[in-house]
Amino acid sequence: MDAFLLQILNGLDKGAAYALIALGLTLIFGTLGVVNFAHGALFMIGAFCAVTLQRFLGYSFVTVDETQTDFLGNPLKVNTPYVEAWFGPETGAAIQDWSVPLAILLVIPVMFFIGYVMERGLIKHFYKRPHADQILVTFGLAIVIGELIKSIYGANPIQTPAPQMFIGTLDFGVMLGFDPGAVAYPMWRLVYFFFSLIIIGAVFAFLQFTTFGMVVRAGMADRETVGLLGIDIDKRFTLMFGMAAAVAGLAGVMYTPILSPHYNIGMDFLVLSFVVVVVGGMGSLPGAVLAGFMLGILQSFASMNEVKALIPGIDQIIIYLVAIIILLTRPRGLMGRKGVMEE
Amino acid sequence: MLGLNSRDFKLFVIVVILTLAAPMLLNPFPTESAIGQSFNAGYPALMQRFVIFGILAIGFNILFGLTGYLSFGHAAFLGVGSYAAVWMFKLLSYNVLPAILLSVIVAGLFSVVIGYVSLRRSGIYFSILTLAFAQMSYQLAYSVFTPITNGETGLQVYNDDPQILMSAGDPTVPHLFGLRMNGATEWNIGGWTFIFENGYYLCAILLIASFYLSIRIFRSPFGMMLRAIKSNQTRMSYTGLNIKPYMLAAFVISGMYAGLAGGLLAAMDPLTGAERMFWTASGEIVVMAILGGVGTLIGPVLGAGLIKYLENIVSKINDTILHNWFAFMPDWLDNLLVTIIHPFIGKGWHLTLGLLFMAVVIFLPGGLVQGGQKIGALLRRKKSKDTGETATKPAE
Repeated sequence: MDAFLLQILNGLDKGAAYALIALGLTLIFGTLGVVNFAHGALFMIGAFCAVTLQRFLGYSFVTVDETQTDFLGNPLKVNTPYVEAWFGPETGAAIQDWSVPLAILLVIPVMFFIGYVMERGLIKHFYKRPHADQILVTFGLAIVIGELIKSIYGANPIQTPAPQMFIGTLDFGVMLGFDPGAVAYPMWRLVYFFFSLIIIGAVFAFLQFTTFGMVVRAGMADRETVGLLGIDIDKRFTLMFGMAAAVAGLAGVMYTPILSPHYNIGMDFLVLSFVVVVVGGMGSLPGAVLAGFMLGILQSFASMNEVKALIPGIDQIIIYLVAIIILLTRPRGLMGRKGVMEE
Repeated sequence: MLGLNSRDFKLFVIVVILTLAAPMLLNPFPTESAIGQSFNAGYPALMQRFVIFGILAIGFNILFGLTGYLSFGHAAFLGVGSYAAVWMFKLLSYNVLPAILLSVIVAGLFSVVIGYVSLRRSGIYFSILTLAFAQMSYQLAYSVFTPITNGETGLQVYNDDPQILMSAGDPTVPHLFGLRMNGATEWNIGGWTFIFENGYYLCAILLIASFYLSIRIFRSPFGMMLRAIKSNQTRMSYTGLNIKPYMLAAFVISGMYAGLAGGLLAAMDPLTGAERMFWTASGEIVVMAILGGVGTLIGPVLGAGLIKYLENIVSKINDTILHNWFAFMPDWLDNLLVTIIHPFIGKGWHLTLGLLFMAVVIFLPGGLVQGGQKIGALLRRKKSKDTGETATKPAE
């Protein structure tokens, strides 16, 4: 039972990342009808926002401390980060420690802007072109973004630790009456899971309870009629693209302590997120979230040793296998609407 | 001639001449000169890649160009072909003939299975299904199938392999009935060195055969049927035609081409690894075909050649070479230009490729062939305008 619970927990954080990326993908597909292969790259840009902020906060100047000497007997050179000089040592160190959560403040405007520019500058011209062309141009864009990141930050993964407070594990099992250590769960993953729930909730609330969201939903259902009512639906859809980009960026920024970002991370997540979208149903937001968590948990179950002994290699392919089965038996996905991309 | 109309025949002859004379044509600059070191492409290892990836692109074009089904998992067939060929080397002998034959057959069978499932869907679903299958093969090659694929080490021939058909005097490199693949004739004229390698000519002959077959497929009733499926699938179904066998046939032919390319890659260099099946490799095939011009006969071959050439040249250029080129400029301008160009060269080659690819998809959906046609049409119009003016003059 405790092993069972542990696997569910393990699947949650990965599932949360899948769900967030897939949510953005579906949002873009549902509103603009565009298949965005560059969405993984947006996730990656988000992750690198955290890296940038961490570096930025780490900038320091050198002072010579006459009272201390280093091991050669020379006066000791002390590196003081600018933030510590400005805000005092304790506050400064805390700001540096919290660089990953602080990057959220940076990532929202940056990603929104990138999404907006991307839609106006590139995607707009591809609405009338076939889906294959949309896939190709966004695939090209994904290559370009990945390579740009590589040329700026290098090819190696960059460590971005979580705040000191969240390092270590939470002994989850003790609360439920299991043995100590049976269900230990890294703290930051728990944070990530709740963070993703908040974001998902916010997106749904925004679409459900605001006038703007209502118009967008109406536009998703029948774009033409909404346009005839005198509403500039294109403008709102562009904003939705920006929002989808921001969601992907948020997913990326908070994921950095779990997986050190590198230039290929976007591609790795993209393939899986696409599978998630397809399983959940093209254009269905609840479907994307459901499928994201479901596949994350399935994947962690498949990587249990007992399961692997039974069917070797299943952990590597379970997601693809599920996708193939779903596509062949229920092409519109788990919660897809009838008639949407069912061919 | 050869069952081709005169236009196709001309194209075919041009391709034959270009491939056979490539060792000379691709070495326009003296071998030892600086410019020759940078831009010559007439050495065997690179020419083999031109030709092999040309075959791959021709095969991909039969599927995507004719039917419009975008496969994002074509590298899987290439990888399977390579594994099959290396296994033939391990089990029988270094003779490339059984290896290539088996790689085509295995890739064909593999594509029957994948095609049968994937072709039940079209559009983006087809792309994702093929992608999923290719990723699955890649992951499995690294994990469960390690006894067959040798995992991360990559599959290669060891001394204690059975090689049952191997007799004492046989070469220990891939060969065709004793003709070594890496054997070459060199020809020195002045400052030029031309290398005619056996392996390259084997690939070249197979490319020519593949190209011929692809022309025949494009011009056949079968090819016409595939194009009809591309332009209106529903109508084809309404006329009472079952499109599935046609699609599956196109998919399998395309997969066999990829298998042939994989077998040849192994025949030129008898080791292989799972990274050949990774989805970026599939993406590269798509890029080649699009860049050259999908749906045209010659386009994909040009695209494959161009990408492999640029890959080789661009990734060889470094800052020192750039400084040499810009030596005549003032220092500040030289440094500025080198700083600007730096991210695009050397290891940054994929950035250049990505930008080039995006530009082609945005501005030239028909690829370089369409670009050539546009320029051609422009020139012709200008010409006819000129003649038109001269014709009207006497009337004045």
